Amino acid sequence: MAASDGKARVALQRFGLGAKPGGYALRDPRDAVLAEIDPAKARVSRDEQPDTARGIQIVAEIEERRRQMRAAARQTAQATPAAQPPAMMAGNGDMQAAATQAPAMQPGEQAKTPPVAAPPPDPDGIRIRDLMLAEAKARIEQGIAADIGFAERWVAFWSNHFCVALRRGQIMQGVIGPYERECIRANAFGTFREMLVAVETHPAMLHYLDQRQSIGPASPAGQRQKKGLNENLAREILELHTLGVGGGYSQSDVTSFARILTGWSISNNEENLDGYGGFFFAPNRHEPGAQTVLGKSYAQPGKEQGLAVLEDIARHPSTARFIARKIVRHFVADSPPPALVSRLEQDFRKTSGDLASLARALVTSDEAWTAPQAKLRTPYEFLTAALRATGEKPDRVPQLLNALTLMGQQLWNPAGPNGHPDDEASLIAPKAIKTRLEFAMQVGRQVGGRIDPRELADQLYGSALGAETRQAIARAEARPQGIAILLMSPEFQRR
Amino acid sequence: MSGSPSSPLYCESMPITRRSCEGLPLTRRGLLGAGVSFFAWTHMPKLASAAGTRDPRFLTVILRGAMDGLSAVAPVGDPDYVALRAGIALGKDGENAGIGLDGFFVLHPMMKNFARLYREKQALVIHAAASPYRERSHFDGQDVLESGLPGVGKADSGWLNRALMALPKGDRIATKGGLGVGTVTPLVLRGEAPVMGWAPQRLIETNDDLARRVMDLYTHTDPALARALKAGLTADSLAKGGAQMPQGGGDPGMMARAAAGAARLMMKDEGPRIAVLSFDGWDTHANQGGVKGRLADLLGGLDGAFATFEKEFGAAWKETAILVVTEFGRTAKINGTEGSDHGTATVAILVGGAVNGGRIIADWPGLKANQLHEARDLRPTTDLRGIIKGVLASQLGLSAATLGDKVFPGSGMVKPVEGLMT
Repeated sequence: MAASDGKARVALQRFGLGAKPGGYALRDPRDAVLAEIDPAKARVSRDEQPDTARGIQIVAEIEERRRQMRAAARQTAQATPAAQPPAMMAGNGDMQAAATQAPAMQPGEQAKTPPVAAPPPDPDGIRIRDLMLAEAKARIEQGIAADIGFAERWVAFWSNHFCVALRRGQIMQGVIGPYERECIRANAFGTFREMLVAVETHPAMLHYLDQRQSIGPASPAGQRQKKGLNENLAREILELHTLGVGGGYSQSDVTSFARILTGWSISNNEENLDGYGGFFFAPNRHEPGAQTVLGKSYAQPGKEQGLAVLEDIARHPSTARFIARKIVRHFVADSPPPALVSRLEQDFRKTSGDLASLARALVTSDEAWTAPQAKLRTPYEFLTAALRATGEKPDRVPQLLNALTLMGQQLWNPAGPNGHPDDEASLIAPKAIKTRLEFAMQVGRQVGGRIDPRELADQLYGSALGAETRQAIARAEARPQGIAILLMSPEFQRR
Repeated sequence: MSGSPSSPLYCESMPITRRSCEGLPLTRRGLLGAGVSFFAWTHMPKLASAAGTRDPRFLTVILRGAMDGLSAVAPVGDPDYVALRAGIALGKDGENAGIGLDGFFVLHPMMKNFARLYREKQALVIHAAASPYRERSHFDGQDVLESGLPGVGKADSGWLNRALMALPKGDRIATKGGLGVGTVTPLVLRGEAPVMGWAPQRLIETNDDLARRVMDLYTHTDPALARALKAGLTADSLAKGGAQMPQGGGDPGMMARAAAGAARLMMKDEGPRIAVLSFDGWDTHANQGGVKGRLADLLGGLDGAFATFEKEFGAAWKETAILVVTEFGRTAKINGTEGSDHGTATVAILVGGAVNGGRIIADWPGLKANQLHEARDLRPTTDLRGIIKGVLASQLGLSAATLGDKVFPGSGMVKPVEGLMT
């Protein structure tokens, strides 16, 4: 890096996942980022993970085996009733399960949580959580392998925009990875409409936002069961996924849309055409009749009615504005430059939500290259960048995920459907920053004396490194400390 | 040997566990740096230690950050000392009194165990010593200290590893290999000879000094991050019942824990006889303190480690030698912030039952401006390599030729100092 060091830093940090040792001879940083606006870059390089149906099936199988083991244990206990008090029935099995799960817990969590009745160990030794851990490892590895990392950042943005959460039960451990691959990655540089439809018809989202329970009151099932609508998915599609708060919809739009979406469910039966664990339209739960959303009447039959609404709101001007603003806020500044937001909004409207075009509009804008590099890296960006910078491998995924959690960004498990925040006020919590320091020291120690922090700083930043940081690194009392200071420097933390 | 040959040493139910900070299990892969050969504990020959056979142990303790020798062993007899050291000077008596050693030098009052061992002739001070390095970078200074090379340059092995390699084939000490305490193998122990690693569970919590440095950087460059980090550190410190902000420095308690773990491993029949420990936090640029304070706490921690070693080694203490070295010393004159900056010569320490102690080896250069190195640092009069060679010659039986050729390449003119060991 030389004269364009500042631009290279923008390419690698604002748009990417950070520089790697050896430095980058980015002849044209902008071209390097543009080269990653490529559907192939957003897909997974080697796909060895299960798809959604297989993920659901594995979780179901493990849970079924556990049920059988519990039943067997109950029978054994009943056969010898006086042998042990009930609380001890599971005996060693519980302790083993607790021991294998312990490393994944947060420190402190262990102490506070009383020992719950842990499920018996799986006979094949596969834990449901392992499915998610393998996906997390693949995600981090792909982030490390990427040249610049823009496609990965773009995927992470959309995955967070259309977030689901692990907290919604065991099944999510099996579908979280397939969901991101099949809905987000596959459509990352396609159209917004395609991604929206993929997301809202995916079992992960239908489960996460309670759509399976929603029943049209006038549908056959509604008439029979006296159950009714659940507005959760309809509301969040309008509020969080498309139009945004203040996007011009009313409560009656939400209710109408919820009626339209009734019947959208998940198959649990291989006889259904969409396959085991796929999208399943249940006609007997679907509210009959035409509905009006945003002043337009929708009279299509069955599933088509909902798809028609998605089609329209995907192109809605409010959606264009909401998405444009969110992208600029994420990549450029907490207070997004209005001219840039406006340009992206126009691009979205002009192309009916072509995401590759939107990404190009962002990357080719002057504002994105000249705005102060003041945004704090998210914990995921920081962690991935630290591994890229030092060449450390993500061998201990539970510990890495624990670090992300303590830094305030539990992977694939945001507190609410609005996803993880990315603004400074949310990310700069004292505990989170202290955890960044601890993580930086840990990486420094792992790297040990292998890397001279002065050389690494030079390779990563060249002249884009401030004099204060350069001096603090050079004065570190040992190399691991110098590495940690580099990772904690404002140059590394901000983008 | 308490473990069966098929069970790795670290799986035995010892009070120490093979874990790093925050309970992360350390894999062997993670512990051993690149180029360090795998040490197959499980296949090691079981060597009976016949009664009366010599079984010496040698530990090197590296104080990273440049320990201030003029505070650890203060030349109160030098007429220029008090003026240079002003507010942090030790005295022969009074409230800042050190522990008298020989009338000219006093020992820092926190080093009571060392003082006792000195009286028992099991502790030795070498003053105004330095490696061949004459610049003032910690990284480069540590590299020269550990590589054993005459100057700065890329090194992939250290003098201690090469000393192990120089031992005759099948030698017991060489077979047992070296122990590196910490999450990575220090350079001094890196090389072809077998090495194992171990770290006390809470080793990595000692980052107060890092916190101070990062705070310092943020104060000048990033007020928002400075506020957040300060609040995070304060909360942490309050949770531990401590002061508002860490004052920097390493963790004195950690030193005893690391010493205990290392000693227990070295007391196993099949355990290593050679070990390296690194203690951080000695870079006392500000508020290093006199009889009390940051440096005093660190010296107290180091002194506690000596007591722990003595206790844990038990009967083996009489054949043990512990060498304490640091990359360089600090300025003779304190700076404007009650600390000292990077300097040149400093003290090295030898402790252990095998040490011919109770004395100070020093060709005192004096503290007048024209006596100082570059008019600011204690001038080196003893080449640290001669001291290390002397210890290696006694403890490992290496010849001066081997030491000058293989262990410290190109150092033939630096003779091993004789008589360091009993």
